[in-house]
Parts: sequence; structure tokens; C-alpha cells
Amino acid sequence: MPFAEAIRLALRVIWTQKMKSSFSVIGVFIGVTFLIAVVTVVEGMNAYMTESFANKLLGVNTFQLRRYPGVQMGDISSETRRQWRRRPRITYEDARAVEAGLTVPVLVAWESSNRGTVEYDGKVARDIDLIAATEEWFAIREMDLETGRAFSAQEVRTGQPVVVLGNELAERLFDDRDPIGREVRVRRIPYRVIGVAEPQGSVFGMSLDKFAVAPALSPLKRFVNPPRVLDELKVRANSQAELEAAIAETEAIMRSRRGLRPTQESNFSIETADAVLDFWDRINQFLMMALPGLVSISLVVGGIVIMNIMLMAVAERTREIGIRKSLGARRRDIMRQFLVESATLATVGALMGIAFGLGMAALVQATTFLPARVAPWSIVVAVILGAGVGIGAGLYPASRAARLDPVEAIRQE
Amino acid sequence: MSGESLIRVSGLTREYRMGAETVHALRGVDMEIRRNEYLAIMGPSGSGKSTLMNLIGCLDSPTCGEYWLNGVEVSQMQDDELARVRNREIGFVFQTFNLLPRASALHNVELPLIYAGMSGRERRQHAARALERVGLADRMAHKPNELSGGQRQRVAIARALVNDPSILLADEPTGNLDSSTSAEIMAVFEELYRQGQTVVMVTHEADIASHARRVVTLLDGVVNSDTVREAA
Ligand SMILES: Nc1ncnc2c1ncn2[C@@H]1O[C@H](COP(=O)(O)OP(=O)(O)OP(=O)(O)O)[C@@H](O)[C@H]1O
Ligand SMILES: [Mg+2]
Repeated sequence: MPFAEAIRLALRVIWTQKMKSSFSVIGVFIGVTFLIAVVTVVEGMNAYMTESFANKLLGVNTFQLRRYPGVQMGDISSETRRQWRRRPRITYEDARAVEAGLTVPVLVAWESSNRGTVEYDGKVARDIDLIAATEEWFAIREMDLETGRAFSAQEVRTGQPVVVLGNELAERLFDDRDPIGREVRVRRIPYRVIGVAEPQGSVFGMSLDKFAVAPALSPLKRFVNPPRVLDELKVRANSQAELEAAIAETEAIMRSRRGLRPTQESNFSIETADAVLDFWDRINQFLMMALPGLVSISLVVGGIVIMNIMLMAVAERTREIGIRKSLGARRRDIMRQFLVESATLATVGALMGIAFGLGMAALVQATTFLPARVAPWSIVVAVILGAGVGIGAGLYPASRAARLDPVEAIRQE
Repeated sequence: MSGESLIRVSGLTREYRMGAETVHALRGVDMEIRRNEYLAIMGPSGSGKSTLMNLIGCLDSPTCGEYWLNGVEVSQMQDDELARVRNREIGFVFQTFNLLPRASALHNVELPLIYAGMSGRERRQHAARALERVGLADRMAHKPNELSGGQRQRVAIARALVNDPSILLADEPTGNLDSSTSAEIMAVFEELYRQGQTVVMVTHEADIASHARRVVTLLDGVVNSDTVREAA
């Protein structure tokens, strides 16, 4: 029997037994749904982490010099936390020494922040990220302004009470009015609005547009840190290579300023997007390692179900097999008929699983901040696995069918 | 009236092991069947008629003895070769029709051609022609349960004929039919015989056997009598 014929026959048998067929492919269906949904979401997360999260939050070719890491992922013991708290803070002097000592061409900005309110004309915006920074902060963040201007080096040095608002904050306080030149109160201190940033979007569903950024030495400094202390020094290089050079120089400068011996660990943190991505990679690897296990469990279960269904089918259709053999079907014809049937069955299950998995991924994308990205390889793998499980599960029942004795088979009721 | 030798069996024996006991279904049958013969096999129940037919039809293999078909020794063949002989040389008609219940008459008749490797279009043409030969040109799309017993047996005959077999074997083909339908089916066999088809038929009934030109009776697994009649 030609192959196409065998598939057509299999599809007809599967179709006439819709209930039994759908029951028998549940295992394969679940396994493949799982595979596709997880891979699609993980790939989406991957793209998200590398393309938007890490770069939005931490910047391209940028590192932060901090007392301890700002983006903390994974389990951090309380012991480590206590150690971090004992570290000396990063001071203005540290920052200036690093700025002066770096030989690699870089952009440098100070940043300190705290949460607080911003008020205008009776409206109060709470829980706003209040940032005290230096002028190159905008360039490092690649932040363009929608209206107005950023503050200058001069304004930073003299600590002018001027402020650039995040897009959402500006909208909330001013609606459609032009905010430029108006006086807002940042932590009750009067500040003049000189610019509004372009929308920055969000990460993990948190808006990046609820901030106000003012010159590092403006009155806000009292609320963000103890005197002459900053949260982090942001340094942006032109390339990955220069970034690494800048990190090495910074480390050397800081270690010598703090008089650390070669055996002592650094009591400051240098944080890059890579570190965050490394962490993500580990989650990713874990998921991708756990995935085959979970998928294969459901596929094995699915295979066993299919095998039993096929054994039942062989038993039920013993007479048909006998008739076919009496008409000249060879062992391999019968073998092929049942193998194709179980492979087709499992592949149909896999295809439904692919459709359902993609549907779930689309649903996740529509209802959460998580993006979905379809990995073509996962679909190929799903189809191959489906067909493979079908063939594997069909082998034993098919060979039993093929070995049936025609006379006895035909006598069966 | 009959041509050269088509089938020769000698010392054909078939035993069934039933635990400690052995059932001797055939105890050494010697027989020759010529081309274009119309042969009836008779004998009491349990005398080994079906066993002999299954052996001649290559559905079963003898415990010992020889079976030659068209000058080839079938009793030495392996599984795949036997399947090929069943497909090309043998047309088998069963008492219980043995049609695939979910397939149309046409598809049932196509089955042997599928295993012969014939392409779809050619297959349908051949199958349609075979159904026409048994007078079922207008029932091709019907499923077996939409046909009368006589019509089902005609489908089975068409299926047996479709590969142009050397021999048409029928094991009590009218056993499940009433007498008028039986007469119709017998007329079909008669007509096929006239067209040159070799026919071997098992039957219990003397009036059915009377259609045949030669009657072999079995008793207890051996040939008891072998009579050739003059044409009526
Ligand atoms: N599969 C089998 N296992 C054991 N014994 C069998 C088997 N098939 C047939 N026999 C025995 O072989 C003997 C011959 O059986 P067979 O079916 O050939 O008889 P028959 O002449 O066709 O009878 P009937 O007229 O009732 O159809 C019987 O005794 C039967 O019980
Ligand atoms: Mg019998």
C-alpha cells in the first residue's frame, strides 16, 4: 500500500473514531502544548530581557559603581546583605577620583534616588522616583526630551532647583497644559520644570515614566542620601572592549582609594547588564533543562496511552487484518498500516498541541507584560516528537497485527 | 473439457496441536486440479474441507506434504511469497462474505489491487469492471450493510475475481443465503466457469454440487471418492 494511501486510510479511521482518538492523543497534546507554550514564552522573555529590560534599566555598554548591586536577582543570604550594609558608601570624592582617573573615553553621571511626592496646583503625585543626577545622565540613558531641555553642567554645579519630569508624571500633574516654566514642589521644595522626557515604556509592567530628575547638587540631595554620598556612578563606554577597560580601571582606582590588599574582596559593586543577563541565562537554562523532563514525561505517558489504544484497535480489527491478509497484504503492509495510523494519530495530537500552545502563548502576551516569541525549532521538534512517539508506541501493536495468522484472524468475531 | 494441471497436492497433512492432544484435520490428501475445472468438495462436517481450502488458498500451511501451484512449490514458501500468491493467484470467497464493513463495495473490491500496487485510477476502473461482471454496477458506493446477503456475496466474488486469479476458491459460498439467492449465486459461478474460470467450491448440498463437473468427497481427512460427471 502506498504511503499516501496509508495516511488517508489512517485519517479516515481516526476521524470515524473521533472520541477515542481525542482521548488517546491527550498525553501528546499536553506535552506538545507545554513545549510550545514554555518555549514561546521563554524565548519572548529572552528577547525582552536582552532587548528591553537590561538595556532600559541598566543601559548599553554601561556599568554602575555602587555600594551593593541595585538589581538583585536570585536568593541573597541575609549574611551577604549584612555584609553589604557594612560596606562604605560611594562618596562624591570616590566619584570624582574615578572620573579623573579613567583614561578610556566615557560618559559619566552621578545618580541618587529616593521615592517621594511631587505636587502641582493641589495635585499630588505620590511614590515618584526622585532622582538627583549630573548632566550626562540623559545621554547615558539615551533619554530624549519631548519638550523643554535637560539641565546643564552649570546648573548641576550650582545646584539650581530645576527639574525634568517623566512623561506620565507630567501628564498626571498638568494634563494638557504646558508644564515648562511652571513651579512644582518636589518633596515640598519648589522646583521649576524645564523639560519633559519622552515616554520610556515599562519593564515587568512597571512604568518607567514616573520620575523627576534634578541636578545632583540641587536641594533634593538632602532627601536622597546622606551628605556627599551618591547611590551610583554611571559610566558609559563606546564599546564592549572599552567598557571592560573602564571597569578594570575603576576597580583599581577604588581598591587603592580604600587601601584593599590583593587578597581582600572588593567592598563595592560594579554592575553591568551582563550580570543581570547572566542571571537570566541561569533561569533560562534551568527552564530549558526542566522542560525536556516535563515534556518527556507527558510524551511517555502519551505514548503508553497510544500503545494501549492501538493494541485495542488491533484486537478490535483482527478480522479486518485477517481479511486484508487473505487478499494479499504482506506483513509489512499491515505493519505500515498500523504504524502510519499511530504516527498520524500522534502527529494530529501534536498539531493540536502546537495550535493550543501558540494560543496560550498569545493569551499570555495579550494579558500580561510577558511577550511571546515563536521559536520555529520548537514547532519542528514538536512535530518530530509527535510522529516519533506515534511510531514508537505503534511498533509493538503493529507487529502484533502483522504477525496474526490469517485463518484465525478471519474467524474472529 | 479441462486443460493442463494447475494444482497438485500429495500427502497433504494438517494437524492441530491442542495441548496434549493432536487433531488430525487432514491425513494425507492427494489430488490434482486442472485448469478450467469446476470442482465441488463435499463431505460430512469436520471431514477437513475448510482445512483443505485454506491450504489451497495459501491462508494456512500444511504440517507436511507437498502443494504445487502453477508448477511452483507453495508448501516451501515464506510469508511474503505466500501473500503474493494469495494476491495474484487466488480468489477466495467465504461463507461469511468477509467484507470490510466501513468500506464501500467499490473499495472492498479495490483491496487486492491496492496490495498489488496498482495506481488509484486504474484500480477503480478494474474494480468497477469486476462489479459489473457480477451485476452490481449500480451498487458500487453502497456499504455492506446497505446490501442484501446475495449482493454482499456478489461483492465478495467481484473482489475474488478482480486480480484475475488462476483459481477461484469458495468455501460454502451459499451457506448463509436462502435457496433462491443461492441459485442466483450459483448461476454467477456457472457463468464464470463458462468464461474459463477454474472454480473449486465446498458445499454440503447435493443439488449445489450438481452444478459442478467433478465432485470430490472427503472423509476423516482423506479423499473418499472422486467422480467426474458428463456435462449436463
Ligand atoms: N484451528 C483449529 N484448531 C483445532 N482444531 C481445528 C481447527 N480448525 C479445524 N480443526 C479441526 O479440524 C477438523 C476439520 O475441520 P474443518 O473446518 O476443515 O472441517 P469442515 O469439513 O470444513 O467442517 P464443516 O463442514 O463443519 O465446515 C475438525 O475436527 C476441526 O475440529
Ligand atoms: Mg468448513
